[in-house]
Amino acid sequence: MPSPAAARETASVHHLPNALPEHPDNPGVPFDLDPVAAVRVNLSAVERRAATLPGRRTVKKEWQAAWLIRAIECIDLTTLSGDDTEGRVERLCAKARKPLRDDLKEALGLGSRRLTVGAVCVYHRFVATAKAALEGSGVPVAAVSTGFPAGLAPFETRVREIEASVADGADEIDTVITREHVLRGDWKALYDEVRAFKEACGRAHMKTILGTGDLKTLRNVGKASMVAMMAGSDFIKTSTGKEGVNATIPVALVMLRAIRAYREMTGHVVGFKPAGGISTAKDVMTYEFLMKEELGNAWLQPGLFRIGASSLLADIERQLEYYVTGRYASFDHHAMA
Amino acid sequence: MSIAEILDDLDYGPAPESDAEARAWLARHKEGTLLYIGGEWRRPKSGRFFDTADPATGAVLAKVAEAGAEDIDDAVAAARKAQAKWAALPGHERAKVLYAIARMILKNSRLFAVIEALDNGKPIRETRDIDVPLVARHFYHHAGWAELQGQEFPDRVPVGVCGQIIPWNFPLLMLAWKIAPAIALGNTVVLKPAEYTPLTALLFAEICAMAGVPAGVVNIVTGDGATGELIVRHPGIDKIAFTGSTEVGRKIREATAGSGKALTLELGGKSPFIVFDDADLDSAVEGVVDAIWFNQGQVCCAGSRLLLQESIHDAMIEKLKARLATLRVGPPLDKAIDVGAVVAPVQLERIRSLVAQGVAEGARVYQAKCEVPGKGLYFPPTLMTNVQPAQTCARVEIFGPVLVAMSFRTPEEAVALANNTEYGLAASVWSESVNLALDIAPKLKAGVVWVNSTNLFDASSGFGGYKESGYGREGGREGVFAYTRPAWLRKAKPLAEEKPEKAELGAAPALPGLVDRTAKMYIGGKQQRPDGGYSRPILDRGGKLIGEVGEGNRKDIRNAAEAARKAAGWASASEHSRAQILYFIAENLSARADEFAARLAALSGARRTIARAEVEASVTRLFTFAAWADKYEGLVHRPPFRGLALAVNEPVGVVGIVAPEAPALLPFVTLMAAAITTGNTTVMIPSESAALVATDLYQVLDTSDVPGGVVNIVTGDRMKLGLELAKHDAVDAIWSFGPRAMAEAFEKASTGNLKQTWCETVVRDWTDDRISAGRDTLAHATQVKNVWIPYGE
Repeated sequence: MPSPAAARETASVHHLPNALPEHPDNPGVPFDLDPVAAVRVNLSAVERRAATLPGRRTVKKEWQAAWLIRAIECIDLTTLSGDDTEGRVERLCAKARKPLRDDLKEALGLGSRRLTVGAVCVYHRFVATAKAALEGSGVPVAAVSTGFPAGLAPFETRVREIEASVADGADEIDTVITREHVLRGDWKALYDEVRAFKEACGRAHMKTILGTGDLKTLRNVGKASMVAMMAGSDFIKTSTGKEGVNATIPVALVMLRAIRAYREMTGHVVGFKPAGGISTAKDVMTYEFLMKEELGNAWLQPGLFRIGASSLLADIERQLEYYVTGRYASFDHHAMA
Repeated sequence: MSIAEILDDLDYGPAPESDAEARAWLARHKEGTLLYIGGEWRRPKSGRFFDTADPATGAVLAKVAEAGAEDIDDAVAAARKAQAKWAALPGHERAKVLYAIARMILKNSRLFAVIEALDNGKPIRETRDIDVPLVARHFYHHAGWAELQGQEFPDRVPVGVCGQIIPWNFPLLMLAWKIAPAIALGNTVVLKPAEYTPLTALLFAEICAMAGVPAGVVNIVTGDGATGELIVRHPGIDKIAFTGSTEVGRKIREATAGSGKALTLELGGKSPFIVFDDADLDSAVEGVVDAIWFNQGQVCCAGSRLLLQESIHDAMIEKLKARLATLRVGPPLDKAIDVGAVVAPVQLERIRSLVAQGVAEGARVYQAKCEVPGKGLYFPPTLMTNVQPAQTCARVEIFGPVLVAMSFRTPEEAVALANNTEYGLAASVWSESVNLALDIAPKLKAGVVWVNSTNLFDASSGFGGYKESGYGREGGREGVFAYTRPAWLRKAKPLAEEKPEKAELGAAPALPGLVDRTAKMYIGGKQQRPDGGYSRPILDRGGKLIGEVGEGNRKDIRNAAEAARKAAGWASASEHSRAQILYFIAENLSARADEFAARLAALSGARRTIARAEVEASVTRLFTFAAWADKYEGLVHRPPFRGLALAVNEPVGVVGIVAPEAPALLPFVTLMAAAITTGNTTVMIPSESAALVATDLYQVLDTSDVPGGVVNIVTGDRMKLGLELAKHDAVDAIWSFGPRAMAEAFEKASTGNLKQTWCETVVRDWTDDRISAGRDTLAHATQVKNVWIPYGE
């Protein structure tokens, strides 16, 4: 951190309150280029940390079961296909309400726990459907928005899309940024765009998708994360799932470090959502380890951690069944989403 | 614990690696392990056994044979018997054996990893993910050197029987670093693992037999320091390779002095970890974790001195404190811990007492409140701040998970602080600026420099120290030199004892008929009278006085060494400029060839044509080393990582050179040229009987733009003056060419700063370029620094 002010802020981390909010608490801050310019990311060193972490941490037996349950609670169960229909979304919502078979839940000693996924994530067209299907479940509905996935619809259209989803009852809005702003280093334009989206979101939580696969370099990821947070993002999210490369551990590490730096700088708390390509229990636990190691337990809750996934849940169910029964499950023993 | 309860905190819980196979292996050896000698398992003739224990619990793991004198005799005899035949095998045959060893290690990788963790106390994660893979890689890589030896090193032969003594911090990896290059290149070995950690070496011996290693090529003898000493002093051993403490390294240098044994030492360190204000600080924090909280900090090249630019000092310390809180200390066989147990009670006590001393001297200690098991040898990861270079904890190698932090203001000061240590093993530099990082790397006096990384090792890249961290390299092409020697040495005859026909010292009469000429010392580019105020007469072959030279003493050596040190800027002159000066010396020597030939003829009684030939050979030799100046290049190694690993040939520093008694000119010019063309500065002691040749030469140097202090000449008694050089701790190397007694005295005296020694006791052909003006000579004048530069955006 070259700026002395930023350095002082960093140094005062231990003065921050210990009790963290369960949810994001980020009104944003005025645009400032200094923290963006201060971002340093060494690719090789980040990769080394990312590559060695899975070897440093593991959980076994009941601990593994617990960590997998938490992963379920953090999933944004997602369907984002051109052939989505109301029926398809309703089926997804049913799974979101009841992600795990009752007998397994019982065997895990969680019979009385309200166990759902973190949210259901759909296109605007199905927000109302999902809201209705999830009525009373406490599961929020997230809508991808702002011309998802490319984010290149006219600016007004994108803002209107947010407003429409909020009007339909969306609790969370997953916006996408204009990658061009990052690639051209036009941080002010990025800030203004995200700021405008945030205003359009109103009381809905805003997740900002950076499309890290398009940003190419980790420095871009680090800087874009910082700008998105300054502009008021409640969550920063890696990917739409439609880029060539989706969530990776190095990208996640850089974004988490940015979240930490932003909190040290402003005191505000921002959540994280990796998305795309996380399809196995083993994968998701690595992300969980990363959250705990880099940010601490507060970020291992659905309020601050979401996993964008569609097929992950099925693998977790099978792992949990193995834990309970000692047998590898048939895929058809678990209800499809 | 119920899953619902775990969900409240999401702790990691226990994740034990099974030790069932390892316990079964131990049970097979419950009567006591044996010695592996000549391809057989033998009970120790000493009849003695000692225990090795699990540092995590204190429980005895095994009863281990202690090799005594007879056992070492047997092992050396077995190695000797096997050596010639092993060396004579085609490289490909040796390569197949090393390849098989690598495969066998991988086939038994988990057993190796678990036994290593049990015996040493290091985390299973490290033995599994770092030690064992590097071990296999070392054998694969060196299988390649066996294959290519004939092509790549046709003029070099194996050293012979190697005695190898290794430490307890990386028991199996250090074994691999020793055994792989040795046997690949046709040597045979007697290796002693450390007494705390002998087990994986014994498992290794078991797989040697299965991999087809011929009997006697690898001998493993267990024991403590006394066994090590038997190896060091054994007359049947040609080379000692040691990794361990600087203290023991000194003793080994002393014990082997004059024995003719080759010696490589890989010793202690207090390596700097430098973080500049433009570094990726979060990554640097992880670098620190890998530097000092790796292997419980029991790493010779651990980045144990954290140097922080003032502007980021506080931020970095806060980040480190936060990071310390997430390190997990616990049983080595738990797969999710970061820090295991310290190897032995005495080590734990040493760490505790050094930390306490640091506190007493004003340092502040920070330890995260991590859980540390109640039983077993654990020390929590520790950060010490408010540390100054003058404090003990900033200077002494703690060899534990203890980091001391200091600050600096400028890059220049960072370098000064980094180099302000007797050690010179490794350094780590963190900056996102390629300009800054690559400016700093060459200025650090360390054998390995990691840019934006730390503790990277690979068989392809040399590892070893500067200064009192030892000499010799392990790994890569430079490592081959530690296990081979020039072929001509096999048939070299020892130099005769010197019986100088000494003229009486004292006031000598002036030569009749000529203006008196007073040859002086040549120090700092100036002619200086000898401090003692005595002269030494020089007689011609017929016994007639032809001049006097100064009788140098300790103070002349002191002054010369100081001048040489001050001239260190010579190292940063471009190779082209250094070459130009050597050419200029040649030009001026050539211009005065007749005069030098006459002088040589008068002194030696040789025919003028022979004397003339020596002068011409000297002129040629200057050309040869001028030619080498920009052609003795480094290498780009190929370790498996995205980046550059540069092996750079750097000068050793101040080289003290005791020239042979004869011939008078060619060796003097050869050694001087080799030293200065590579950037060293020198203090030269010429032939005693022909010292006038050297004093004539300084006039040539004076007229050749040689910067003052680059070459200093002190005349007088070679043994006495050489000893002063060898004892001078600001002299970095001592070269001598004289009888065995000289080598012994100089090598013994070299231990003060563990200077590099090249004390040759055999007759050398100074006229043969391949012997005296090639890479072998240049290798003595240089040390290899490996600079690791990962890149990527």
